[in-house]
Amino acid sequence: MLQQDVAPTAVKVSNRGLRRRLRLGERFIEGWIFLAGLLAIVVLLGIIFILLKEGLPIFTHTPPWEFLFGTKWYPVSDPPTFGIAPFFVSTLMITLISTVVAVPIGVACAAYLSEVAPPKVNDIVKPIIEILAGIPSVMMGFIGLALLSPFVQSLFHLNTGLCGLTAAIMLSLMSLPIIVSVSEDAMHAVPREFKEASYALGATKWETIWHVCIPSALSGIAAAVMLGVGRAIGETMTVLMVAGGALAVPASPTDPMTTMTSAIASGIGNAVRGGLQYQALFAVGLILFILTMAVNIIAEMVLERQKRKFAR
Amino acid sequence: MFKSIKKRLLPLSLVLVTAFVLAGCSTTSTPTTTTSTTTPPALSGSFKIIGSNTVTPLSSVWAENFMKANKEVGIAVSGPGSGVGIASLIDGTTDICQSSRLITSKEIDQAKAKGVNPYEIQVASDALSVIVNPSNPVSELTIAQLSAIYTNKITNWKEVGGNDAAILVMARDTNSGTHVFFKEHVVQMAGLPTADKTLEYGNKVLMLPSTEEGVSQVAGNPNAIFYAGLGYLNSTVKAIGVKKTADDTAVKPSVETALNNTYPVSRPLVYYTNGAPTGVIKAYIDYCLSAAGQQTVLEAGFVPLSK
Repeated sequence: MLQQDVAPTAVKVSNRGLRRRLRLGERFIEGWIFLAGLLAIVVLLGIIFILLKEGLPIFTHTPPWEFLFGTKWYPVSDPPTFGIAPFFVSTLMITLISTVVAVPIGVACAAYLSEVAPPKVNDIVKPIIEILAGIPSVMMGFIGLALLSPFVQSLFHLNTGLCGLTAAIMLSLMSLPIIVSVSEDAMHAVPREFKEASYALGATKWETIWHVCIPSALSGIAAAVMLGVGRAIGETMTVLMVAGGALAVPASPTDPMTTMTSAIASGIGNAVRGGLQYQALFAVGLILFILTMAVNIIAEMVLERQKRKFAR
Repeated sequence: MFKSIKKRLLPLSLVLVTAFVLAGCSTTSTPTTTTSTTTPPALSGSFKIIGSNTVTPLSSVWAENFMKANKEVGIAVSGPGSGVGIASLIDGTTDICQSSRLITSKEIDQAKAKGVNPYEIQVASDALSVIVNPSNPVSELTIAQLSAIYTNKITNWKEVGGNDAAILVMARDTNSGTHVFFKEHVVQMAGLPTADKTLEYGNKVLMLPSTEEGVSQVAGNPNAIFYAGLGYLNSTVKAIGVKKTADDTAVKPSVETALNNTYPVSRPLVYYTNGAPTGVIKAYIDYCLSAAGQQTVLEAGFVPLSK
């Protein structure tokens, strides 16, 4: 009797303790997750702050107009000149070519995986494409140096295979995985009714893909393309190794060239902290950051639209 | 859960197996190094050497030998370029800076402003060699011709007595001490009557991130020209004989021609420390300057200090 009386209260007490402890644990974890989220924002703001603080002072030495449109980059001369037009043009040219190469292949591959390939093939091919995304960029640089650049050289009868085109082809290989996997997801999200309606009208597979799947997944595909572009703009090591590194404003894709990323990578080492070259390279970084951020924001917006389109 | 992992494992292992089978056709055996740990340690500590890509092969051999003799010492050598080394010395992130050019007065001012006092020790010399592909008929050039090539004024090999082919001009990037030394002494022709301080590398010149890349490009391209430290010369490339002026005789880069000062573009290779070196760093530099250390210089393909 006595025991029976005691037992429930004991259970109650321990229950209450447990609940309180759980609540405390919950609070603690919530706080911790909040801090982790905050950290990401703090880091981003910190990066923007440092880029502005270290990069902006260069404009007291070189006016922004000259900095952006100057074609001479002699950072270790006396007096130094900083004009990033060659880097800017090279970055745009390489990014553009790599996108033009990667997008048709990537979208076709995504269409095949999503609409045509039997599930077994899909299960094998998709992971392989994902492995391609995991290859370190320095290895891609090596492959470009050893295999692709002699090929490009002999194909176009060039003086050297180290040129923008070689870099662009390597970059297209590197942005392919992200284009394939994001646009495949987009095509997968196209409602079955659309395709079934198309088949019911007697359309062939090709007609269904071309007139139904791709148009309905277009905003997702556009987002995939933007993500691929972002990858190509920011890539450094491969470009540094295979793009040649000439300082002229490139006239054709087969000219050797230096992109903004490789200019930073090859110059930051010998720049003394706070020196002119250091500031100039940070300013290049700032411009690069603005460029990639713009691309990412556009991709995000397009992706958001895609999600809303098929939200049910 | 397990099924999906299995699904992913199949293609992954497939790729790996094919890769290994392919790789198996061309495996090379890696040399195994054995270390004995019997000698009592005399010195201990660890330090960093950062700087010139040119000096790196030499510093690596010295560091290896020194670490073999002193088990408790750890030395890390890296060679991104002389400019990087000097910047690291000024920023206090390296113990020794290895350099293939002398520190500039501007850099000394920057160092002094940060409380760093660069102390210079010449450890070896180098004959800066201009290299072309062995199939290139051109075997000698004047400094003025080299300057014209590197400023893109001469763009075809036939203008200097070679084939009718465009010249592929390659240089190191601005991190490199060799880049700066070559600019001052060849592009701007310092010390010659034709010297011109306003000359710069032409904008068609390829700026390469490492010396190795340039040497391998020259080995594979009959129209390429590049420069490298004497230690980087090998049978896949041909060193050009350099003439100070058109009237002088061409001199090939070698240990002898650098030692007797007949080769026109030889230069000191130096170590910089913050103040005079002490302790284990002093012991290391003393070893570099010793007879055994200078013998290593010769074996690494560089020019030892004249006695």
